[in-house]
Amino acid sequence: METIAALLDFLPQELVTVVLILIKIVAILLPVMIAVAYLTLAERKVIGYMQIRMGPNRVGPKGLLQPIADAVKLMFKEIIIPANAGKFLFIIAPMISLAPALAAWAVVPFSDTLVLSNINAGLLYILALTSLGVYGVIIAGWASNSKYALLGALRSAAQIVAYEIAMGFALVGVLMAAGSLNLGEIIDAQRGGIHHWFFIPLIGLFLVYFISGVAETNRAPFDVAEGESEIVAGFHVEYSGMAFAVFFLAEYANMILIGALTTILFLGGWLSPFDGILPASAFTIPVLGSFLDSGVHWFVFKTAFFLLLFLWFRATFPRYRYDQIMRLGWKVLIPVTLVWIFGEGLAIALGWKPWE
Amino acid sequence: MTFVQFLFYFFAAIQVLAALRVVTVKNPVHAALFLVLTFVSAACMWILLEAEFLGLLLVLVYVGAVMVLFLFVVMMLDVNIAEMREGFASYMPVALVVAIIMVVEMGMVLTQRIFNVRPPVEKVADVSNTEAIGAVMYTDYVYPFEIAAVILLVAIIAAISLTLRRRPATKYQTPIEQIKVRRNDRVRLVSMKAEKKENGS
Repeated sequence: METIAALLDFLPQELVTVVLILIKIVAILLPVMIAVAYLTLAERKVIGYMQIRMGPNRVGPKGLLQPIADAVKLMFKEIIIPANAGKFLFIIAPMISLAPALAAWAVVPFSDTLVLSNINAGLLYILALTSLGVYGVIIAGWASNSKYALLGALRSAAQIVAYEIAMGFALVGVLMAAGSLNLGEIIDAQRGGIHHWFFIPLIGLFLVYFISGVAETNRAPFDVAEGESEIVAGFHVEYSGMAFAVFFLAEYANMILIGALTTILFLGGWLSPFDGILPASAFTIPVLGSFLDSGVHWFVFKTAFFLLLFLWFRATFPRYRYDQIMRLGWKVLIPVTLVWIFGEGLAIALGWKPWE
Repeated sequence: MTFVQFLFYFFAAIQVLAALRVVTVKNPVHAALFLVLTFVSAACMWILLEAEFLGLLLVLVYVGAVMVLFLFVVMMLDVNIAEMREGFASYMPVALVVAIIMVVEMGMVLTQRIFNVRPPVEKVADVSNTEAIGAVMYTDYVYPFEIAAVILLVAIIAAISLTLRRRPATKYQTPIEQIKVRRNDRVRLVSMKAEKKENGS
């Protein structure tokens, strides 16, 4: 970063700061977008193997260029705007659903130093941004001037509002255990080996958070917003070409974000599971040592595990019925979180902190 | 002009324009969306003032939940715009009175002479303002806070009890009973002898 700053010395100081931040944003978003592209391929491959078939294997070696072929195809397709649709809102809706999913990465710590913006209220920022994603779906459903799209949007809005409450309560539990809203400090509070990670003392909240995460991203088995057997494709039924592709990207970017957040909040982010268990000399072994030690790679592994779970759910579970989704959200998950937070508060008041 | 000042004027301009559009735009859904834009730019201004907790909370509560439900309702209404405009002239005097009162009140706050409003304080030492608000809320203001909580609880219970009317004619599923169902409740195995084949079939 210093060398780049030195190169830009001729510019005024404020502009240099802006350019540096932009470079960092690109450095974060480029891997995220590549991950999104290859997650679509991974999904088709994983579900393919689960159903004992090959999955895409024609474009490039072992089908590895499939996402690029898909992107090129979608880019050259026409974007059809329905008659009497709200044109401006129709075009802007996919962007509104993608932008919060990408903006949330600003506070995600990849390692102890690798974070774009280390803000105090990081957890609150994440919660606020993920709650904005629903506008893309609602606006798309309304602006399409189509009954199916509107129904999909209404379903999605009710579902996201319901599950956001459970999600928020699960985050309150993490906040109580870590004593901070800063994501870096939340990870630091889990330091010292796998048995210090929050998923053990907060197992209930961990499960609730991940289930709500699947529901928030409108993924199977909670994908009634696009339930093709009832409302064709739900909120994006009228979208084609790149506008549809942006919705698609938003869904996968949201999945990766939820995976990354579950990792940070409950599985110690970039911390190594062997930290504090193996003797310190184990981390000085030439190649194996740096692998066993904490670092970005652990963050990536854990996130990838949760992404696999997303795909696994889709291949395994049948779709929920709409009233059952509402029941699960309001009558099961929210009471579980309330009881858990109460118990946790009691434990903290009595000075009994199993996570330390 | 520093960068922060530029941001202030930028958000302020968006906020004022969006607020103006909330009341001038024809379509109620567009009005609700402009209100969302107003909230978001207000949140940005608060964050500029280093009140990041309040700013994020505004986005989380009003934009993320309240306005979503608002849009939810407005989208389902079949609003006749011509009908809505009918009473415009008769409501005008009342609206004018309210508007004048609001302008006078805001003028009083802005000139700072009557209420003697102090400018916002700089951030205190190294306590984040989430912590600062929490510390004050649960010590100095604990009773007002509890009272507010009880009032909200009453509102929740009232709202729920309004929707609880059982109409005997409506048919609905109870998921709990459906989940409880076992194989034996639905399927009955009957053992019977094989029937003789009829002639001519």
